[in-house]
Order: sequence, then structure tokens, then C-alpha cells
Amino acid sequence: MAAPDRGLTPPRAGIAPAKGGILPPIINLRPINWFFDVNRAMSLWPVTFGLACCAIEMMSVSMARFDMARFGAEVFRPSVRQADLMMVTGTVSKKMAPAVVRLYEQMPAPKFVLACGNCAISGGPFKFEGQYGIVEGVDQLIPVDVYVPGCPPRPEAILEGVFAIQEKITGRRWWPKAEEIPS
Amino acid sequence: MELSLLYFVKILVAVLAIIALMVGNAIVMVYVERKAAGFIQRRPGPYEVGPWGTLQAIVDSMKLLAKQIFVPANADYILFFLAPILAFFPVLLLFLPIPFGPYLTSWETPDGIILILAFAGFGVLSNLLGGWASNNKYGVLGAARAVSQSIAYEIPLILALLAVIYQAGTLNLSEIVEAQGSWPWQWNLVCQPLAFFIYLVSLVAETNRAPFDLPEAESELTAGFHTEYSGMGFALFFLAEYANMLLVSFVCATFFLGGYKGPILDGFWWTFIKAYLVMFFIVWIRWTFPRVRFDQLLNINWKWLLPLSLLNLWVTAIVIKVIG
Repeated sequence: MAAPDRGLTPPRAGIAPAKGGILPPIINLRPINWFFDVNRAMSLWPVTFGLACCAIEMMSVSMARFDMARFGAEVFRPSVRQADLMMVTGTVSKKMAPAVVRLYEQMPAPKFVLACGNCAISGGPFKFEGQYGIVEGVDQLIPVDVYVPGCPPRPEAILEGVFAIQEKITGRRWWPKAEEIPS
Repeated sequence: MELSLLYFVKILVAVLAIIALMVGNAIVMVYVERKAAGFIQRRPGPYEVGPWGTLQAIVDSMKLLAKQIFVPANADYILFFLAPILAFFPVLLLFLPIPFGPYLTSWETPDGIILILAFAGFGVLSNLLGGWASNNKYGVLGAARAVSQSIAYEIPLILALLAVIYQAGTLNLSEIVEAQGSWPWQWNLVCQPLAFFIYLVSLVAETNRAPFDLPEAESELTAGFHTEYSGMGFALFFLAEYANMLLVSFVCATFFLGGYKGPILDGFWWTFIKAYLVMFFIVWIRWTFPRVRFDQLLNINWKWLLPLSLLNLWVTAIVIKVIG
């Protein structure tokens, strides 16, 4: 084989990674930044956006037993303009990749991405020699904040991922950690 | 109407109080709605942000405040920013003639309900402008739906209110309350049950709430007329929606539920209790019923509500002629 094909050949598939960066804040005062960061962390509105079976777990995490609404993250906005969190739940095929990039670029500025499941992290079970249809990891397209492994991840794991994003925004963990299960 | 300084000050104070009421109402109702949604779906709803999640609505509004404001390419810049403001401000005016209590009316006017019905159309205009100015196909579709739905449902709404107006013989909201008694069986709800039902259905459609929330139908048009609005534009649309809900609830309480009159101790608390019961009813059916299709929505209106409200008006007129 020639160069290691990581499943992404931009000229042919017409997929280019997301562009953009973060501008420095106009008013840069620590207390104000901290205040708005806490508010952002406590109301992460996800996009109504599912790609594969992990999306079932995303639905499950907002439903009765797990209830992401407790942490203020249940307002699934169908329009990306009003959303903060993009959960890439599932396999990103090359056909879907332009849409993923486009949705990411359409989100207004404080935006966070959670790669959910092995497919979104690395291609998962679809990564093998000679595969032609799958993007091997969504981080080749858009910047990812938190990776949640699993195939599919448990709803608790997705909740943990949301907590990790909150920790990433504010710099501290807000909720008590679950006890480790002795093996 | 004398134009004295005192009068001006009174209106100014009333407008400020109404702004406070609208914003406070939106913050409380966002929390109540999400909590009620949670309980209806057997989950706790917002729970961890503040005690029992009470800070959730404030946190959300702060986040929306700090969100990037986005204007799509080729959007009409002026109209795009005018639409949310136009959604929010006319609602202020609509609260002026509402009698909150026996001595608590901002502006005692002989034809208050005409003012309310006339300026209620501004809400639809803002939806239309918002959808049109954002240069988005979903926005335009949502705007078209908003207009056709609102025009359709305003007719049975007005006809239902007209039956009550025939009965009371006045357009003044305070006098309509005065025409009703203190006890629940003396309210217009009892002698005008059909009008009450038609008004309830139409008010849900007028405020674009589920099951009639077709202008922002999330499964078909991503978010309808406010697809392209982020941050405070979206928040203002939401604020206006809750303010409109509050307004139709107050009108419902005034016309059908005896306004500020109650079994014991008349006062503004009765108006608020009744209005918020109607509000809770709107929230309740939102989380209980699925959304109707658009042809079904218009069929309900033109084939059922409109003939029924005409019949109701006709019977009311005959009964008033025979008895009175």
C-alpha cells in the first residue's frame, strides 16, 4: 500500500475540515468570563442530530431513567443556530461528512463537540484495510472537545462526557464522581 | 381623556410594571414548563442548577445573552433585527386595558378588547418579518404558516369573545368582569361553555403552541420562522411567546372565569390564579398531544370552530332578544 489512507481524501470526496478559530474576547475580565462560562456550562443545548445507533443512547440519556435535563442540557434545538453542543453520535460516512462540517460551521460561537462512540472517535468496527465509505474519526473534520468511548457508550458515559465538557469550560468538576465498581 | 401629568406618570408606571411582569413571567414559565415536561414524562426535569433547578431559566437566558449573534448572508439586516423587537414590544400595549384587580387597571378604556384584538396581529407580523428577513426557506415556510394559521384562528376567537360581549353589552373589560358574579356558577364559563371551548382551542393556535405550533414545527421546518436567530433574537421571540400566552390567559380569565372576582375577597390574586391555571393548561396540553398536520389544523378551524362559533353567536343573540 502507498500512503496510509486515513479514510479522508478531500479532493475526491469533497470534504474539507472545518475552518474557523476563536477570536479573543472584547472585554477580558476574569470574573465576567467566569460568570458566563458557568452559565454556558450549565445550559448546554444539544443539536437534534444523530447519525447511527449511538443516537438511540443520546435519546435515552434525555429520557426518564437518565435524564440529562437535570443538568440543564435537555433542550434539543433542531436549528443549529440556537445550539451549543454537537454530539456526533455514530458513524460518519463520507456522504454525511460535508453535512457534519456544515452543521458545525453553522453553529454560533461558543460551541462544543462531543464525539460519541467508537465510530465517531476512530471509525470503530468499520476501520479495516480497503474500506472506502467511512471517515475514520470525526476529529479529522471538526475539532472535538470530548471523546466518549463505547459501542455504543452507556447513557451514564454520555452524561460523564457532558460533565467533562462542563469541566473543560469552567475548570472544575461540578458533580460528585461515581464510585468505582470493584472488579 | 385628560392629558395631565399624573395620567402620563400612571401609564409610565404601568408600562414598567408590565415589562417586569413579562420578564418575570417568562423566567418562571420556562422553569415551570421544563419541570412540568419532566413530570409528565416521568423524569425530574431541571434539578441540579440551583435548588431544584430553580436557576435554570436565568442561567439559560445569561447563556443566550453571551451567545454569538449571527446574521445570515443576504439577510435583510434591518428587518432581521427589527422582527424580535417587534414581537416583544406591542405585547406591552396589550396588557394596558386588562383589569388585574378592582382598582388595578392600567388604562380604563371603553373599548379595551378592540385594542387587544387589533394589536394582537403585530405578533404575527413579527413572525412574518423574522421568517422573511432571514432569507431561509424554512423561515419563509414557517412565516407563511404563521400568517395563514393566525388569520384563520382569529375569526373563531373574535366570534367567541363577541358572544360574551353581546351578553355583557360592553367592550370594556372591567365592566365585563362586573357583569359576572363571584361564584363559579355565575361566571361566563357556565352560560357560554361552547364559546369558552372555542376560545381555548383558538388561543393555543394564536400563541403558536403545541399541538398547533406549526410555524416552528421542529420535525418539518427545522425551527420555522426563528431558524436563523441565535442568542438574544431567539430569546426575545421566546419572551414574546410567553408574554402572548400570559395575555390570552388574562383575557380568558377576564371573559370567562370572572376576572378578579372570587368566592372570598375580590382582588388581583384571583386574576393571577385563574390566568396561571390557564397557562398551566396550555403547558399541559403541549406535552400531552402530538402536533396536528397543517391541513388538519385548517380543517378544524374552517369546518368546525367557525360554524360552531357562528352558531353560538346566533343562539346567544336570539336568547338575549327573547329574555332581555
